[in-house]
Amino acid sequence: MIAFWVLAVVLLGSAVWTVSAQKPVYSVVALLLNFATLAVFYLTLSAEFLAVIQIIVYSGAILILFVFVIALLSSGVGPFSIGPDRMPKIGVPAAIVVLAALGALVYAVSSVPHAVAPATPPAGTADAFGSVADFGKALFTVQLLPFEVTALILMVAVIGVITLGGEQMQRVTPPRLQARTDRAMREAIVRAGDD
Amino acid sequence: MAVPILNYVALASVMFFIGVIGVIVRRNPLVMLMSIELIFNAANLLFIAFSRLWLQNAGHIFAFLVITVAAAEAAIGLAIVVTTFRDEKHVDVDEARALHG
Repeated sequence: MIAFWVLAVVLLGSAVWTVSAQKPVYSVVALLLNFATLAVFYLTLSAEFLAVIQIIVYSGAILILFVFVIALLSSGVGPFSIGPDRMPKIGVPAAIVVLAALGALVYAVSSVPHAVAPATPPAGTADAFGSVADFGKALFTVQLLPFEVTALILMVAVIGVITLGGEQMQRVTPPRLQARTDRAMREAIVRAGDD
Repeated sequence: MAVPILNYVALASVMFFIGVIGVIVRRNPLVMLMSIELIFNAANLLFIAFSRLWLQNAGHIFAFLVITVAAAEAAIGLAIVVTTFRDEKHVDVDEARALHG
């Protein structure tokens, strides 16, 4: 319980630091602290595989991407827009909305009668709950569809990034190829009209 | 669960709203993307806490899915930031109004 409160303070403090830091690099550092704390949370919740994934994917891949982009953009002439400029206009309403929503949420959860959690894992999961073996078995048998969707999402991301990044590539089609494409298309249209 | 689930709900919702405030208030798209990561992670924390409560690992799978979505979102978002910066030489979401109409 004490560990929970210590971790919670670190988690929320680093989240506030992420949002309020003046320089994006400090935000990245705060976010790193946040993710590491979350990984510890996942360990206490016996989700060991996800704790490792959290460190590898978030701290290892995503944050490094952020650092690279910051380094890339900072090396140029364009300055970052610094500071929470919109805070005066929106700070008070945002705080009111947040507090109201938070109160409603906590009230809703606390008013639900707590069902008794099953003391033992359901049948068929012989491995310890949250272990890598347990996770892997579920991933490749019962939960295969989300896993496949994961692959699809990653492919969409790759295609999107290539589309965005390859913007300034030469898009001109060679004239001869263009003529051939036009002729093929015309013939196809004629054939479709004959049917 | 030594810690009541309500604590996790409160913690995750506070973190979620910190992320929402970050998206609303900040004008730097990089910090906005990081705030979105905070939101994703708040959802993930809830997934895993409830997964532990019910001893069902479906929550773990969906936390995994959320991590993937977050990675894809960060990649595409940062690509958009870099592209915008290359064209317009500034990093400010209020200045980017090419699609404003």
